[in-house]
Amino acid sequence: MGSVTFDAEDRWNAFITICREAGHGDGPMAGVAVAVKDNISTAGIQTTCGSRILKDYIPPYDAHVVELLKAAGAAVVGKTNMDEFGMGTTTESSAFGPTTNPVDTARVPGGSSGGSAAAVAAGMVPMALGTDTGGSIRCPAAFCGIVGLKPTYGRVSRYGLVAYANSLEGVGPMAGNVTDVARLFSVIAGHDARDATSIDRPFAHTPSSNRIKGLRIGVPAEFFGKGVDPAVAEQVRRAIGDLADLGAEIVDCSMPSMAFALAAYYVTCTCEASSNLARFDGVRYGPDIASKRSWHEAYQEHRREHFGKEVRRRIMLGTFALSAGYYGKYYAKAQAARKNVGEDFARLFADVDVIAGPTMPTTAFALGEKTADPLSMYLADILTVPANLAGVPAISVPCGTVDGLPVGLQLIGRHCEEERIIDTAYAYEEVRR
Amino acid sequence: MVSESDVAHIAILADIGIGDDELAEFTGQFNAILEYFDLLDQVEESGRPGAVTTNIFRDDEIAPSLPLDDVLENAGESEAGYIRAPKVM
Amino acid sequence: MTEHTDVIIGLEIHCQLNTKTKLFCGCSTDYKTDGPNTHVCPVCLGLPGSLPMINRKAVEYGLRVAKALNLEVPEESEFARKNYFYPDLPKGYQVTMYDRPLAVWGYLEIEGDDGEKKVRITRIHLEEDPGRLVHKAGAGRVAYTLVDYNRSGIPLIEIVTEPDLRSPKEARRFLNKLRATLEYLGVYDGEREGGLRVDANISIRGSERVEVKNISSYKGVEKALTFEITRQKNLIRRGLRVDRETRHFQEGRGITTSARSKETETDYRYFPEPDLRPLRVKDWVEAIALPELPDARRDRFMATYGISLNHARTLTGDLRLAEFYEALAAKVEPNLAATWTADTLLGELNYRDMPVAKVPLDHFADLVGLVGRDEVTDRVAVDVLRALLDAVVTDETPVKPSDYVKQHNLGKGTADAFAAVIDEVIAENSQAVADYREGRGAALNFLVGQVMKKTRGKADPKEITPLIAARITPEEGA
Repeated sequence: MGSVTFDAEDRWNAFITICREAGHGDGPMAGVAVAVKDNISTAGIQTTCGSRILKDYIPPYDAHVVELLKAAGAAVVGKTNMDEFGMGTTTESSAFGPTTNPVDTARVPGGSSGGSAAAVAAGMVPMALGTDTGGSIRCPAAFCGIVGLKPTYGRVSRYGLVAYANSLEGVGPMAGNVTDVARLFSVIAGHDARDATSIDRPFAHTPSSNRIKGLRIGVPAEFFGKGVDPAVAEQVRRAIGDLADLGAEIVDCSMPSMAFALAAYYVTCTCEASSNLARFDGVRYGPDIASKRSWHEAYQEHRREHFGKEVRRRIMLGTFALSAGYYGKYYAKAQAARKNVGEDFARLFADVDVIAGPTMPTTAFALGEKTADPLSMYLADILTVPANLAGVPAISVPCGTVDGLPVGLQLIGRHCEEERIIDTAYAYEEVRR
Repeated sequence: MVSESDVAHIAILADIGIGDDELAEFTGQFNAILEYFDLLDQVEESGRPGAVTTNIFRDDEIAPSLPLDDVLENAGESEAGYIRAPKVM
Repeated sequence: MTEHTDVIIGLEIHCQLNTKTKLFCGCSTDYKTDGPNTHVCPVCLGLPGSLPMINRKAVEYGLRVAKALNLEVPEESEFARKNYFYPDLPKGYQVTMYDRPLAVWGYLEIEGDDGEKKVRITRIHLEEDPGRLVHKAGAGRVAYTLVDYNRSGIPLIEIVTEPDLRSPKEARRFLNKLRATLEYLGVYDGEREGGLRVDANISIRGSERVEVKNISSYKGVEKALTFEITRQKNLIRRGLRVDRETRHFQEGRGITTSARSKETETDYRYFPEPDLRPLRVKDWVEAIALPELPDARRDRFMATYGISLNHARTLTGDLRLAEFYEALAAKVEPNLAATWTADTLLGELNYRDMPVAKVPLDHFADLVGLVGRDEVTDRVAVDVLRALLDAVVTDETPVKPSDYVKQHNLGKGTADAFAAVIDEVIAENSQAVADYREGRGAALNFLVGQVMKKTRGKADPKEITPLIAARITPEEGA
């Protein structure tokens, strides 16, 4: 039992809310300072999702993962900055200003869990919770040079995670090294009776590097296609070479479903988002809606004023894709493409144990570089979305730099085989030291 | 291809406001993105990913509700426990 | 023969299931006597981050209804989101079922206008109720609405019929039979106000279909449909077109009015609910043991108690009434019990808008017993019954009928006791006596009535009629 005083200077705008005196209980994480992404509900602490439409919203309940953190004795020291509602790859769409990359403050930290990544990379906290819908943990982990794990869909409860794309997203651990990521994961993984998509697979594994020999690692050609920066590709190939040196078997392979993965992802997430974000009407929470105007007028005005452009863009795209006549063309096709991605992974995983490649096609962009062209921003997610579409686990671990900017090695595993990809990442991390 | 008036119509369907000054910009972006989505036309197969689990239920047992104070704390104006909202006219 | 064979009616019924908790969360459904917003939680309030969890009992209840109405349950069904924006809809979407409902294609047998008929049921599914709006005028002329989310998340079963009904009467009979069936199944509480809502689709053959919404009582259905038929037929008669539209029923005025027209039909953008898993519950159906349903009970009443089909039908048309009758028939002669319950008590209850649950069984049995032993006339019995029910209405402790009869000296007297009164009446009504002697039989009834009046109903017409007749009929040859 005790309290942690959190007075680190936040030069990167990593936090939206800071809890200077954070109480904590006893347990395996007693007194460990953990930052929580601001789309995860924390009772009594403002939870904004990086949006004006939830400014001053104080949840009356804790998300399941927060309950688990507290039960383990962790101290929640603040809520981290993020792209508004998780919609973005750079944390630039936050209503509370962008977060800068501690490695190079003229650059983005990645997104949407940019605040969590920056807080860890800057040494403000040892661990943080992020969320990953299409790469939102792995991208900032790669850009900031830390470790981030997107768990198997359902292995961590979503109860209390403010929904953006329910069938794709989940909470995951971020930290400076694989051991801490595993430690944090062991606290949050497991079944929750309040989440119907939750599966019963707790995690209690200590990372070990003696499972590398004979490990079959698949390297799909599509992960090194055009659009991937050659210097980044080179760094990642070198990392994969290091794993081969440790005894892993590298297998060249192909994933044709990659061609449609990004389109399937953006159709699915915008459709789900268009529905999930309909509840922000200013009646029960958020800034007050103008109750003296007529309903539709007031509701529209409320959303125009308090949702940023990217959010409104995605809501409209999703509304369009679900609208009469278009369901078959977009949403139904996206689900079919998704099924193909799942089947592609299943086919590959019948032959290999882990799939490897770069986490992101480039290193961190400069601030402002991509904001004018949404589509070019979306294309940056090409390597991370497949794991979300299939619901399989994926981890990003730092593998060197290009021009001083960190590069991430992504390792994707079978359903519920976080243990294996964590071990592989751990083995690589040992080599790099 | 969608026109500006199509986009304006979608904004009404979605009950989301976009300003006149934003309409041109949104329409251009929309078209670029929808063109990219057209890739899906090439997906021949049908179906969707199978559900990992089915029949997830809870028992019909009463759990405590929120105290009224908690309900009203984040709400705007309230009146004798009711919450005020704009009227549909 | 039905008057309106060109009338085509289909119904869509929403019924609140009486589970202890809501459809997707553990909030208690028993909110009627509690203040607004006291039965809500993050889930039914639509707080960010909340997730639904299906109430198993609601699914069981839904399957019970499916089995009783002879529907087919598919291998898999699932919930879907119906997206629209309204102040009483906290999430901006309603979780319902769309193209994969719980059960499809069944029927309910009713007494049609031309005999027994099967009304086909297209589908049934589960969905959540939205919150409740209370309209208010603010200071000056500014108006806003007040929202109470207690009702948000209450489990509903939606039952859709094929357009097989041919008259407002048939529609009412269907609804009564459906309501009784749901009560017998134990899934619906008839006492619950607002627990059953009906939308009707009605057209005159060859013309457009009109949807009438917002009907919340059985009588309302018959009224609304009757009004609509008249309205539509008038339009047709005048050579005008019936518009395909949605209309609202205004219960107080008994009319339907055009709902604010929307240029296009609302696009609900349905898609499968990603926070829930599909249902595979077809194999639950076999194990469901249906209780005795209205028709079976009706047949049993006829067989066991020897009562008529009409009585049996009436008495089994409401679960509580049926239970009341069975308890009564254990105490007094069943046919007498049937007559007095179906023909007399029911009318008195309807008049007072009183539920049968409020009738003190032992008191009523006592009364019927008095009639059975010929200790009071029917006339007196009715008066005593009214006094009894009026006492219940005003929350007074009702007096036991036997005691009441004694206290007020209402017992049937013997014929001799009335001899003096008969003489008096004959003496006072010589014209009637003369009329009778001239062959006008009605004059005898008049004289009987006079005796009844003077004896305050205590004289039994069955007994005194022949006595009077004997007194005033001229003797042979006189």
